[in-house]
This record gives sequence, C-alpha cells and structure tokens, in this order.
Amino acid sequence: MGLLDKHKDYSQRYQAIRDAGADPFNVRFEAVISPTEGVVNGRPTVLLGTNNYLGLTFDESCIEASSAAVHAHGTGTTGSRIANGSFGGHLELESAIAKFYGRQHAMTFTTGYQANLGIMSTLVGRGDHLFLDADSHASLYDGARLGHAEVIRFRHNDPEDLYKRLKRLKGQPGNRLIVTEGIYSMLGDAAPLKEFAEVKREMGAYLLVDEAHSLGVLGEKGRGLAEAQGVEADVDVIVGTFSKSLGAIGGFCVSDMDDFEVMRVVCRPYMFTASLPPSVVASTLQALKVIEQQPGLRHKLTSNAQRLYDGLKAMGLQVGPECSPIVAVTIPDQPRAIAVWKALLEKGVYLNLALPPATPDARPLLRSSISAAHTEAQLDRVIAAFAEVSEEFGLVNEPLQRATA
Amino acid sequence: MESVTDLTVRQIGRTAGIVMQRPVEVTAASDIGRDLGVDSLTLMNIVMELEDVFELSIPLDRLADVETVGDLAALINELRARA
Repeated sequence: MGLLDKHKDYSQRYQAIRDAGADPFNVRFEAVISPTEGVVNGRPTVLLGTNNYLGLTFDESCIEASSAAVHAHGTGTTGSRIANGSFGGHLELESAIAKFYGRQHAMTFTTGYQANLGIMSTLVGRGDHLFLDADSHASLYDGARLGHAEVIRFRHNDPEDLYKRLKRLKGQPGNRLIVTEGIYSMLGDAAPLKEFAEVKREMGAYLLVDEAHSLGVLGEKGRGLAEAQGVEADVDVIVGTFSKSLGAIGGFCVSDMDDFEVMRVVCRPYMFTASLPPSVVASTLQALKVIEQQPGLRHKLTSNAQRLYDGLKAMGLQVGPECSPIVAVTIPDQPRAIAVWKALLEKGVYLNLALPPATPDARPLLRSSISAAHTEAQLDRVIAAFAEVSEEFGLVNEPLQRATA
Repeated sequence: MESVTDLTVRQIGRTAGIVMQRPVEVTAASDIGRDLGVDSLTLMNIVMELEDVFELSIPLDRLADVETVGDLAALINELRARA
C-alpha cells in the first residue's frame, strides 16, 4: 500500500479529465501582460478568471510603492512577527485597514486562507457552536476543523434555516458564531445579511462575514456587503483578503471586540508563519488608497459585470441568480464542461472550470470574474466566443433570443 | 420488531437516496464512501437532512469517526438519547 493510494479515486478522476485533452487545474501562462491579457499556448488570451476585480495588479502607483519598499526593506521578513518582530509597514497596514473599516482592531495574515484558519479556530473553541453557511469556502471549513467547536451547517443563504438550527441548541451552554460570506465565489450570489443580522440579534449569537470577494467591490466606500446592506454594526468580525481587489496576497481580520489583541498570542496560523514581505505590504497599502480615491473603478466593474451577465443571459445560458463581478454559467454535464472550457481557451478566453464537489449544486460551472480593467471590446469578444461554443456544444435548447439593444 | 438502530439505518438509506437522487441500498455495514460512493460534501448534505428528520443537531466534527452507515446510526442514536 503506497502512501498516496488513498487518493487513487481523485487521481483517476483527474487523469480522466486530462485524457479528455484538458488540464484546467494546471494552466500555464507564458506571459501576463496586463490585468486582463495573458499568453497561453502562444495565443493572446483574455483573462477572465483571476479575481482581479479592480485590475490593481498593474496599477502604476502600487508597483512603485512595492518597488520602493523592496529596495528600502529587502525581499522578505524571514520569520513570524512574534519571533522576528514587526516591520513598520505591518503596523501601518493594520492601522490603515482598521481605519478603512472604522474598527478598533485589525490583524493581518500571510494569506487569506490563513486568516480564515486562524480566526475560525480561535474565536470559538470547545463547548462553542459554529454555524457555517453550507456553501462556505474551503478555508472556512478547514478553519472550523482546526478549532474544537461544534460545527453545524445551515442551508445556503437561508436565515430561516439558520434560525431553526440555532433554536435546536436552546439551553445548551457556549457561544454561537454565525459565519457567512459577502459574495459567494462560485455563483457570485450575495448573502441576505440584514436577515442574518436579525437572527443573530434574536438568538444572541456573533456574526462573522468573509468579504473576500466583496471588498472593493460593494458599498459606497468599497467596504463590502455589510456596508452595502447597512448592517456593519451587527457584524462582529470581518475577514478578507488582499489577493483579489487589492491585487497582492495576504489576509486580514477587523473587529471592535475588547481584548482582540490577545489573538496575537493565541492564533497559531498568525503566530507560526513568516509575515508578509515589505513589497506586498506596500502595494496593499497603496491599493487601499486607490480604492478610496477612485470609486470610478467600482462603477466600471459593476457596468462591466452587467455587460457580460446580460450578454450571456440573453443567449439563454444559465447564469447565477444575480449579477455580480462573478458570472458563472452552469453546464449540464462534466464532459461538456471540460470541452467547452477547452474550446473557450482555444478561442483566447481563459476562465475557471469548477467541478463538483467544489460547486454548489453538483453541476459543473464555467466561472468568470470580471475586472474594472476589462474593455467593452474584450467583453464583447468573450460574449461572441460563448455564442460560438454554446452553438457548437448545444448549451442552449431554446432558439437564441438575442438582445437587440 | 426492528431495533432502533435498524430503523435509523433505514432512515439514513432513505435520506441518502433523496439527497443523491437515486435508490440507495444500505446496511449497517455499508461503507459510506466506498460502498455508497458518497463524497464529503454529499455526506454533509445527507447529515443536514437527517438533522431535520430527527430534529437534532449533528455536529460535523463528530463525523470524523463515521465510516459506515452503522457508525452514523450509532452517532444519531447517541445524540437522540442525549437530547
């Protein structure tokens, strides 16, 4: 028995996908030219699967800040903050994030994944109860497993179902923490936070929202879904990432809870990993300023998303329930999903292929993430490519109803 | 007369069938992953349905020790006894 034999089933399934002539989990970009253009197999390709919502990876001011920081402070911190100490940039970034959210405390992590591991495993412990939306990101599930709280799933975006499950625990001791996301990464749907907040208040629970995909995307100030729905006061903890709209890497958590700073000596995914390098800290700080100074980026993102969503919907493709910067098309079966994904790549369109069990309803998805940096011409090219594959692979049964506008 | 465990095993089979949208034959000895072809997400979906059927909470952390349908039935019966 080899060590990896237990993964044989996955290995066979992965091989079957590769045998179908595609390797969606191992795409190689020969070049990335801009937030929205790359080169794959020698072909210029529109990037539509990068979560680069505001296109800030190539923002001149962020690049300059990052480059100045690497020259001034070196390439890395070579250790954790509790052992090696913090750089000035770490403290500056934490106070900038706290200020951005109007919260007292902020803590940064080396990745968004680690932020979720750390926060989920530290806020609740043995004897506490964690209520997790069924469609939560893997990092939230993994964080839930790392801690010792009792974990209960509730039906996706269903406040009634959450209420029912909280009520079942009536009389049991321990804190209750409800966990939801702002925008869900697969279908792009947003949580009904107002209703969740009501349940939280009535049941005396705490509420955590992961704004990974909504920071810089939703709300007047770009703070995310809680801001957009006017419920920030009800959200006890916000976690998020620097790796999407802010164009770098890293995670964070903000809160007004008393004694929050104790997290720095109990939260292991924070304590036992090297801290963010100066270049990343600097570009992230600058990107936060860009978000605040250029609300126009957010508006461009929204109109770009609408353009693609409407275009694909008008074609008769099955898109998610609401328009957001994540536009996902449900494909009836896996062989076709793989073939369509490959055909789009060959037409110069890169997006994400998501396969069950990583998808919400056991059906494959072609997932696009739109950027403020996309041009209308690029999006129209994508819509045209979808029209071709849709016809070629019979994705739409009804006669095409094209928007005439 | 069927024992409580048999009844729970039968209910697990029914619920698994509903979630997986196909008939599922189960015995207490059925391995949930190997014999029933249930992946981790499907198991969590089955458990969520079972929570509603039995009106109880089945914490996911308790599933770490569950390999067979009999294990799951025993867990449910333990939690019911405690409720």
